[in-house]
Amino acid sequence: MALLTVTDLRTHFHTRSGVYRAVDGVSFSVERGETLGIVGESGSGKSVTCYSIMGLIPQPPGRIASGTAIFDGIDLLHCRPAQARAIRGKRVSMIFQDPMTSLNPYMRISEQLIEPLLIHEKVSRAEAMKRALAMLEAVGINDAAKRIHYYPHEFSGGMRQRVMIAMALITQPELLIADEPTTALDVTVQAQILELIRKMQRELGMAVIFITHDLGVVSGLCDRVLVMYAGHIVESGGVRPIFYEPRHPYTRALQRSIPALQQKGAELYTIPGLPPDVSKPLPGCAFAERCEFASDRCRTEPVVLSECSPAHWHACGRVARGEI
Amino acid sequence: MADPILELRDVKTHFPVYQGTLFKRQTGAVKAVDGVTLSVGRGEVLGLVGESGCGKSTLARTIMQLVPTTGGTVFLEGKNLTASSAGEVRAMRRDMQMVFQDPFASLNPRMSVYATLAEPLHAHAVCPESEIPARVAELMEVVGLAPRFMQKYPHEFSGGQRQRIAIARALALKPRVIVADEPVSALDVSIQAQILNLLAQLVRQMNLSLIFIAHDLSVVKHISDRIAVMYLGKIVEIGPAIDVIDHARHPYTRALVSAIPTADPDKERNRQRIVLAGDPPSPINPPAGCSFHPRCPHATEVCKQAVPPLVKVDATREVACVRWQEI
Repeated sequence: MALLTVTDLRTHFHTRSGVYRAVDGVSFSVERGETLGIVGESGSGKSVTCYSIMGLIPQPPGRIASGTAIFDGIDLLHCRPAQARAIRGKRVSMIFQDPMTSLNPYMRISEQLIEPLLIHEKVSRAEAMKRALAMLEAVGINDAAKRIHYYPHEFSGGMRQRVMIAMALITQPELLIADEPTTALDVTVQAQILELIRKMQRELGMAVIFITHDLGVVSGLCDRVLVMYAGHIVESGGVRPIFYEPRHPYTRALQRSIPALQQKGAELYTIPGLPPDVSKPLPGCAFAERCEFASDRCRTEPVVLSECSPAHWHACGRVARGEI
Repeated sequence: MADPILELRDVKTHFPVYQGTLFKRQTGAVKAVDGVTLSVGRGEVLGLVGESGCGKSTLARTIMQLVPTTGGTVFLEGKNLTASSAGEVRAMRRDMQMVFQDPFASLNPRMSVYATLAEPLHAHAVCPESEIPARVAELMEVVGLAPRFMQKYPHEFSGGQRQRIAIARALALKPRVIVADEPVSALDVSIQAQILNLLAQLVRQMNLSLIFIAHDLSVVKHISDRIAVMYLGKIVEIGPAIDVIDHARHPYTRALVSAIPTADPDKERNRQRIVLAGDPPSPINPPAGCSFHPRCPHATEVCKQAVPPLVKVDATREVACVRWQEI
């Protein structure tokens, strides 16, 4: 059985200017020890999906309109708050995009690091400090015994992200959700952090959900990939099929717009237009307005995910009918 | 280079560091730009890459004379900007414009697109007042925006559209040099491609010289004719774009290139990675000798002694590494 199974998740935001369907019918699952990548542009709903699972959506304005997220037999979206608290931060943890704002500037690193242990594991402070120190060393902070008493502002961006990772992994979670953990970092530091996540995953055997808009990061790290667009999953499958045989026009367009994969100096492929306004009803495919293959049927007929080869799903009506 | 449009000779920009509350005294300086010599040809795109804090943005601001220069000279069309009066520099800005990283912060939210684009035309009185509306409409078309959006405000546009407005503003005075400081870093991949295409097309059509700053090497390689790699205020390698990326000579450039993930699972999983240890050192107190030596996998005793000069390794390449022939 899968570690986490999300079924028909819908997270809507009720605002004065209408209902924004940020996530609209997303289903996926994560196996133990697996790395799942979620890619998509800003506003595609990838972060909201994970925030919903973690119970971090402010309600109101947010509302989880439907769906279940079964983690090891417990529905995280409908269980008692105490049950969810026992899982969150212990068996499922999360790291965020911006290490500058996600650490508490008033608390020493040591206090922040041992907090999950004191809450979840009922260990003594001395024992917790010992484990915090070991964890800080494991994520590659030199001179950890001294630095553990520092405040966040005394650390660089890359080091803060290491501290975040140490904090997330200190309870040895079964699932780590990483929301663009390297987007705010330099490429050289990004390489260090990705290497660290790989190493910790090997050692602890945890599953990882890795959210990013960088297809390059996904290709090296993930086993399976979900491609999201306007609150929907448009394609999902193993990393090789997604990169070598993409089916959905959006996935193909994304790949064609990366400069590194194109002839130098050649005109880059661009996706015309902008992502749709998710507060308006979309009867057909959300990508139809920007799709070079769209037909009239695409704009009116709802699309469903269909399996084109084992475990490779896409949501394109024309591909499913064999028209393109 | 024969007849460069922009030339920098040993440019230094240092920011003083003070200590003490009552009796402030200067205790050091952040050497953000520390001896940069380079030139940009007419119609050439020069890419400038490096990690955050390496001084690439300060170099851009120094070229634009937005920060006081500590030493060295900047020549635009043979005219020394560092020795010019404020009035002369203001007049020279017509020929030299800047596009900033964050289109959400670089446009005044209280000014409509029309007001934003008309302002430089008013300020420099380049055309009669009556022609300004037509000129603004023309500018909007050049960057691919419909002139009917003229009276809209920045918040009504997406990130990519705002960056187009910022580019139109930079083009308003028909400059010959544009300095673009991370113009696509804040944008999504699909929008990034649109802005890159637009910049490449403008450079071709208007014979612009472009200094393109970014930390994403694949983007820089795509658009640039030449690339300069910066580390801690100094240029460590400069040369034709393809050579610098595909056959890097300096160990730092190699590490940078190897840090970019490629969007190809089989290649990505089998390639050799050079993961640099640690963060760049402080520009207040850079390491002795080559400032890269504490992180360099090839560093020897020699590297700790003297600062390596930028030396010509062939007709078009320059590298600042004493061991470039051995490694």
